[in-house]
Amino acid sequence: MKILVLIGNVPDTTTKIKFNADKTAFDANGVQWIINPWDELALTRAMELKEANAGKVESVVVANVGRAITEGTLRKALAVGADEAIRIDADPLDAFYVASQLAAVAKDYDLVLAGIEAADYNSAAVGGMLAELLDRKSVSAVSGLDFDGDSLKVSREIDGGSQGLKMELPLLAIVQKGIAKEPRIPAMRGIMMARKKPLNVLTPVEAETLTAYNSFEMPAPKAACKMIDEEQAGEVIRLLHEEAKVL
Amino acid sequence: MSVLVYIENWDGKLKKLSFELASYATQLAESLQMPVNAVSLGKVDESELKKLGAYGIEKVMSDSNELFKTLDNRAIAKAVNAAAAKVGATIVVMANNNLGKAVAPRLAVRMKAGLVSAVQGLPVSTAPFVVKKIVFTGKAFTNIEVKSANKVLTLAPNSFKLVEKAVETSVEAFDSGLTAADFETIIESTNKVAGKILLQDAEIVVAGGRGMKAGENWNQLEELAEILGAGLACSRPVSDEGWRPHSEHVGQTGKIIAPNLYFAFGISGAIQHLGGVSSSKVIVAVNKDPEAPIFEAADYGIVGDVFKVLPQFISAAKEMKS
Repeated sequence: MKILVLIGNVPDTTTKIKFNADKTAFDANGVQWIINPWDELALTRAMELKEANAGKVESVVVANVGRAITEGTLRKALAVGADEAIRIDADPLDAFYVASQLAAVAKDYDLVLAGIEAADYNSAAVGGMLAELLDRKSVSAVSGLDFDGDSLKVSREIDGGSQGLKMELPLLAIVQKGIAKEPRIPAMRGIMMARKKPLNVLTPVEAETLTAYNSFEMPAPKAACKMIDEEQAGEVIRLLHEEAKVL
Repeated sequence: MSVLVYIENWDGKLKKLSFELASYATQLAESLQMPVNAVSLGKVDESELKKLGAYGIEKVMSDSNELFKTLDNRAIAKAVNAAAAKVGATIVVMANNNLGKAVAPRLAVRMKAGLVSAVQGLPVSTAPFVVKKIVFTGKAFTNIEVKSANKVLTLAPNSFKLVEKAVETSVEAFDSGLTAADFETIIESTNKVAGKILLQDAEIVVAGGRGMKAGENWNQLEELAEILGAGLACSRPVSDEGWRPHSEHVGQTGKIIAPNLYFAFGISGAIQHLGGVSSSKVIVAVNKDPEAPIFEAADYGIVGDVFKVLPQFISAAKEMKS
């Protein structure tokens, strides 16, 4: 089995979000980039599957659609253990455009893993779109994944509970929290080895965009928090009922 | 050109989310001067589907194939696409829940439609078609334009107020043309959360953080949640420690929620947590640290011991309910 993990390059989750002067684009000045947290969990699980199924998982490859700025993130994925990285050299214009780029490389992989959403534009779209472009079955909200050398045991969250599934390859799994316990941190040896691993840069294919981010805005500032004394805590319930009218 | 809304069912029943979607689709169709239809997949009684008439849905196409119970993502996308084609729908609306998130992107590709997930309300403008949604996990909003003729939108539960508009609903049998081979998801076990309010459906959420000190201290949060009819949530350290399941983790990497009322007990309010809850209408924070960032996001705050505050909340809530 060959596994492809889709890697989003997103601002560190502690980043204070800023936009340019006319609020039409994200201001990336001084931003630290990281692997999208859900993708990092997907990669961690892919590495665990490879280690637990010696010989049956041939390779774990990571792919990203982005400019050279994303290579730090891809090198980190290689340091975590991926065998090879692919960067499709294009701006990730919208989810359909990105999925179209990935479709050109993903068809060769038996299992494709995508994080359930990206921490930047929160579209929750690329994984599902890619599955449809590949005309491949998909399972979403996956919080557990095991491989018995033949088929996959998948746990997924449904609206109102959870399910255990048996899925045949090829499959695209859209994963969330729980898929791996903690994201794997690259060790020094991994970082050294990552420098020698292949990072292939591909030319994008022709593809359309269907959406455009016209403008951005920050949430309205909050009014000051009304403080209540610890001894009078029950007063909060009264205020929620009579003043805020949410109880 | 019309609007189609995909109405899910839970063991043959609709719930509040279904009516929010119906109401949203009706309002959206009105603003675009288009007709609106609904599609239902799986076995649902006609009387149940007719309830959609309270929110402006005149026609429901119902494919009662039992296999939709498998929630096979590709099969559902195919079926909704077939329904859209049948009524000439150019806009499809569905829920931004686990199933909607799984199906909408597939459907969008099938329809060659621009997708906007978790839209905040009706379009900001209809020509060009622009809707508002959160980005950067709640830290900002964007006005996103859908350029394609076809569009798919997902609506977050609890984000749209029901608008009553009573009409007569007809339920028509619909064959989406799927065969057994289209369903490739094999379910081996199902574990339903019975008798609890689902976090994503909850209008009120009671959440605990590291300040709760241990998993066994959750009984007080559970009691408060039960009195208020609230869902339970937690911060990341709590689910990482295994005090609570991952499905209750809200914030970056967990779930993003927007209830009417959010209680944060012993949660400091790291930026990653706030992103997941900042769209809540009212936030109540209880924390022993007066400098905790949660107070900047909160509407009502108590600096103090959660174990002193919780019993007071519980008795005041009981009193209010009686």
